Amino acid sequence: MANTSRRYAENAGSALAVLMSKRSTLSVIALVLVLVAVFWMRPNIARYNGVRLLLNLSPVLIFTALAQMFIMTASDIDLSIGSFVALVNVIVAGIASPGLAAAALLACVAGYGLMGALIHWLRLPSIVVTLGASFVWLGLGLMVLPLPGGDVPLWLSDAMRLRPPWVPAPVLVALVAMLLGHLILYQTSFGVILRGVGSSPAALERAGRSTLRARMSLYALAGICGVIAGVFLAGITTTGDANVGRGLTLLSVGAVIIGGGEFVGGIVSPVGTVMGALVMQLSGSLLSFASVAPAWQYSVQGGILVCILGLRAISWRRVVT
Amino acid sequence: MAIQRTDGRAADEGALLALRGISKSFGPVQALKQVDLEVRGGELLGLVGHNGAGKSTLMNILFGVTSPDRGDIILESQAMDERYGPALAHRLGIRCVFQELSLCPNLSAVENALIVHPSLEGTGWKRRAKSLILTRLHEIFPGHGIDVQTPVGNLPIGQRQMVEIARAFTESNNLAKVVILDEPTSSLDSSAAQQLLRFLQRTVLDGKACILITHKLTEVLNFAQRVVVMKDAGVVADVSGAGLSRERLFTLMGSVERAMVTPEASSFAGMRRVDVVGNTGGPSELRIEAGETVGLAGLAGHGQKEVLHRIYAASRSGRDKGCRVTGSAAYVSGDRQREGIFPLWSIASNITIASVRSLSRGSFINPVKEQRLAEAWREKINIRSKSVLQSILSLSGGNRQKALVARAFATDAEIILFDDPTRGVDFDTKRELYSQIDSASRSGRCFVWYTTETDELFLCDRVYVFHEGKVVDSLVRSELSEERLLQASFHEA
Repeated sequence: MANTSRRYAENAGSALAVLMSKRSTLSVIALVLVLVAVFWMRPNIARYNGVRLLLNLSPVLIFTALAQMFIMTASDIDLSIGSFVALVNVIVAGIASPGLAAAALLACVAGYGLMGALIHWLRLPSIVVTLGASFVWLGLGLMVLPLPGGDVPLWLSDAMRLRPPWVPAPVLVALVAMLLGHLILYQTSFGVILRGVGSSPAALERAGRSTLRARMSLYALAGICGVIAGVFLAGITTTGDANVGRGLTLLSVGAVIIGGGEFVGGIVSPVGTVMGALVMQLSGSLLSFASVAPAWQYSVQGGILVCILGLRAISWRRVVT
Repeated sequence: MAIQRTDGRAADEGALLALRGISKSFGPVQALKQVDLEVRGGELLGLVGHNGAGKSTLMNILFGVTSPDRGDIILESQAMDERYGPALAHRLGIRCVFQELSLCPNLSAVENALIVHPSLEGTGWKRRAKSLILTRLHEIFPGHGIDVQTPVGNLPIGQRQMVEIARAFTESNNLAKVVILDEPTSSLDSSAAQQLLRFLQRTVLDGKACILITHKLTEVLNFAQRVVVMKDAGVVADVSGAGLSRERLFTLMGSVERAMVTPEASSFAGMRRVDVVGNTGGPSELRIEAGETVGLAGLAGHGQKEVLHRIYAASRSGRDKGCRVTGSAAYVSGDRQREGIFPLWSIASNITIASVRSLSRGSFINPVKEQRLAEAWREKINIRSKSVLQSILSLSGGNRQKALVARAFATDAEIILFDDPTRGVDFDTKRELYSQIDSASRSGRCFVWYTTETDELFLCDRVYVFHEGKVVDSLVRSELSEERLLQASFHEA
């Protein structure tokens, strides 16, 4: 018994160590700063309902960012995730039959896994394949729902209004997302293989492992996260819109990078990514609280992102030398 | 070529692993021809030979990374079919320690141990993998002090090498029966290297076999029970390690048949082109005169390329005080794919890219002049193609290399820097290149030629031998001999 509890303590300790490791520190600092600024400008928000409304849309970006993170684990990049989330959104809103909608969503996940296989077999750069795929998802979305609209199942929109005690639902979602991502990549033995493929596929092959399987799994995981994000989007907005995913792709890349992830090398942090997604989400709200004109918001948000990344580059260089 | 065999034991008896008539070519280059090798349990086998003798290819074939063109791999008296690959090799107990490390840098030592042992998976894998790798590390390198939880990319190279070695000896359901180590001590300090060699000696006592590939002949002489010598893509000697002397090993490795014309001495002597001063500021370490061909020898990766890069940089900027260069330089790399050809361009553009300034008026290239220049060099250097306007990719590897040489020759550079330009080029093409070099040096050009082929050094007027980034010996052509080169390369003169 003592042994088990010590092991639990060790695991909790290592989880904490991952949280506090240098990679995700920046996202923690950024999140605290943004939260302090928001609460300072709008003190009323610092309570249950305020936080719930403030973070209302955050589950969409959180799961989109996790999807992007799984792709980046393979040292790839996904330019199609935004329009994929929008496609899921219109499938949920536009296909009335639950059976058909579920089948369509399963096909979406399979499509993602297949995209991974295609990139592996043809040795194509993911940036090209996913750029092409983004138009495929957009086209499919427009076929399902040519104009914004549709109906979202009542149970889904009801589920989005749930009010768990003490902790607002979006915060709960963020915590669960962190935990799941961390468990999959850092606590399971399969997660080790998944991270290995991004850093040295040759080493993995020499160890007798299939890099095809690993890459397909990462893409399928990304597809699952994309579906979750799209379902959240449908439930929260209660409509479908094939064009809604436009800004999402680059925000998701930003979230992964703020969270300590790297473009190459299989280096990502699920905990950091979720916090990065919250930072991206909140900085938008912050700008509107500061009455920055909407037209300026994109540029300012982009500027903040560049600043954070610049800071990270400088601090890393200092660590290295 | 008769194989010298002195150990007298019957072939195949109790062999854990045997290779029969293995041949492999990469394009025009034959990497292995008709290689036979067997390894018995309880044996520590040393495998030595020059760069490019085929040792690494042999190892890749043993491990199933590359498949042979012909021949059989026999493991415990069973011939392997085309399904043989790293996964099966692992299951059958074949392990490799590769020269370029084969660990995932973002994973910890524990996680890297896991990926070679599928049977460790499931809850508790961290604990099992950790005890597995730590046990071996303690056993092989007592007092190693390695953090097995940190990503191995953060460890210094010596510790990474230790992790890789220890991992090759870990056993779960997958046993380690034959372990092949390619230059395992290259990044270990001497005490860790001794620890490893003593461990290898101990571990073969319980029936394992180890193949030690190394350039450090002392290791082979002191520790190997049997020594296999490879040369020119084949096994040339298979002798007992007991009583083997260094001199005899040198003789076995040397004596390449020579089939080249030796060029006449040039008449441009006296005009200094390059003068590299030693790092310590001491006497002139390396100097090259007009019309001279200077060879850079020694084992691969001992600083020859760095000198070429330094001379090139100095010819452009002239700011390097330790390296004075008179005249301009052109660089030809043997690594065509990575630092040579522009794959989407025509042969003509590939040849003339280094000379665009002389072909242009203002900012515009004169296409007629460009084509004429390319055409002239195509004929001079005998590039086999219908037209210089065809894609560079329509040429064979050897002819692509000729186009790169033509690019350098077409410039007005007085100094041509060769970075192993005949790598992967067939014999006829080589001979054509040699005669081009000969005639160009008659007209006053000088060549700095890094080559991994000993034969080519005999074409040079002077050879500098490198060891660990420094020139350790300088030989004029009349002093040049295979033995002298080897001894200087291993710095054991």
